[in-house]
Amino acid sequence: MDLYRRRRLTNRLALGLSMAAMSFGLFWLIWILWTVLDLGSAGITLRLFTQMTPAPGSEGGLANAIVGSLIMVGLATAIGTPVGIMAGIYLAEYGRQSWLGSVTRFINDILLSAPSIIIGLFIYAIYVAHMGKFSGFAGVLALAVIVVPVVVRTTENMLLLVPNSLREAAFALGAPKWSVISRITLRASAAGVVTGILLAVARISGETAPLLFTALSNQFWSLNLNEPMANLPVTIFKFAMSPVKDWQELAWAGVFLITLGVLGLNIATRVVFREKHKL
Amino acid sequence: MNDTTEALGSATDDLLEVQMAFRNFDFYYGKYHALKNINLEIYKRRVTAFIGPSGCGKSTLLRAMNRMFDLYPEQRATGELLLDGANILANSVDLNSLRAKVGMVFQKPTPFPMSIYDNIAFGVSLHEKLSKGQMEERVEWALKKAALWDEVKDKLKQSGMSLSGGQQQRLCIARGIAVKPEVLLLDEPTSALDPISTMRIEELIDELKEDFTIAIVTHNMQQAARISDYTAYMYLGELIEFGVTDQIFIKPEKKQTEDYITGRFG
Repeated sequence: MDLYRRRRLTNRLALGLSMAAMSFGLFWLIWILWTVLDLGSAGITLRLFTQMTPAPGSEGGLANAIVGSLIMVGLATAIGTPVGIMAGIYLAEYGRQSWLGSVTRFINDILLSAPSIIIGLFIYAIYVAHMGKFSGFAGVLALAVIVVPVVVRTTENMLLLVPNSLREAAFALGAPKWSVISRITLRASAAGVVTGILLAVARISGETAPLLFTALSNQFWSLNLNEPMANLPVTIFKFAMSPVKDWQELAWAGVFLITLGVLGLNIATRVVFREKHKL
Repeated sequence: MNDTTEALGSATDDLLEVQMAFRNFDFYYGKYHALKNINLEIYKRRVTAFIGPSGCGKSTLLRAMNRMFDLYPEQRATGELLLDGANILANSVDLNSLRAKVGMVFQKPTPFPMSIYDNIAFGVSLHEKLSKGQMEERVEWALKKAALWDEVKDKLKQSGMSLSGGQQQRLCIARGIAVKPEVLLLDEPTSALDPISTMRIEELIDELKEDFTIAIVTHNMQQAARISDYTAYMYLGELIEFGVTDQIFIKPEKKQTEDYITGRFG
């Protein structure tokens, strides 16, 4: 009898502690979301999407920064995703035991945890410094370098989850290796691979440091990738630190947009995953 | 169970042709010698069953027949393994066309993550260029052969994973025969299924042997007795006894075989 009481007590203690830890985490998260919502929603007006970033004291919006961010995040994903998926396929399907695979995996893990400012400085050194100016394309490169390791990692992990029996079954029909990969294993892990891509997009849409050294910012409307390009994170960084009231308000609106975007992506990821697992 | 005389009669059948043959065949997992000097014939359009305790090498033997072991670099085979007289262990053999001739169904159903229709069309499209109409005919033919058509004809576009375990296994059989192989290898095809699904697959095997040579590995001795024409008893990597099924089960030549079959051992 004493034994059971002790077990019940231990159980309650463990439950209580984990509940406390969970509330602690949630508390900050909700506070952050609330602050963003409270301070950011005020700035959400039509003007935000139609007007350029203003000079101090005048009215304006974030149109150039929003579009610049969309372009750079989109291009970086378009460049980084195929490279990441192919590398992930190599690691999971071809180079599982090879030394090249192990070395690639190790370097990828380092890249995955590298502080993004280092990647910004790297692109600055090899591209911006040589070209002599900041440019949207440099920003795209920096963001793509961040995308690749995330996609490599998730693609590899998701492919490794595909049971070997499925591969054998495809080989047993006389399928060449590339057909097995492209039509069976990659398809079986599609939901996971897509999740990896969405996570990478979520990650780079808020990155500031790599853009600070590459795309910098642009006060005006510009779609030229050879010129500095406006983007949300750097604009937020610049505006939030200024004493100008309008700028601060715009910075909060930008934060709100990014938060909403990332939240939306995360929800989309979950929906995709759930749909796939209904099968 | 079959009539003894009928089964014995088929052994002396003039029509009996050799489809596959093992000649001084050895198999290694790295340094481990898994199959030792196997000599054995698999007859055309007959069912040959492989029985024996776990680890005796019967699945290994089956996986050699479509060179599945080539996927794993540390596994290798020596000696000869003939398919229609040609040694399939030769380096010059194209594995993809070999596997089109020697199909395989596994222990656990392995539907591909695609529709029922595409599950079957996948293998066919690897080896033949068919028009849409021809492909539809082929899919229907294979599903009918596998006794699955009536259950799925209205939902060919649904995922293959939505089927029950027994249906999935018949889908895998349909997928295998859609390629029109000569030989069908079945690696414990019913061990993950319920009794009714098992019975349907057994009936199916009986029909399929009219068109295909079948080699089946089974843990279930009653199953071997029910469905096979020939039985091979294996133990510790060696072929102990091979012969007409009824003879093996009623009057085995070796004491060891008798002990296993009567359940005194294994």
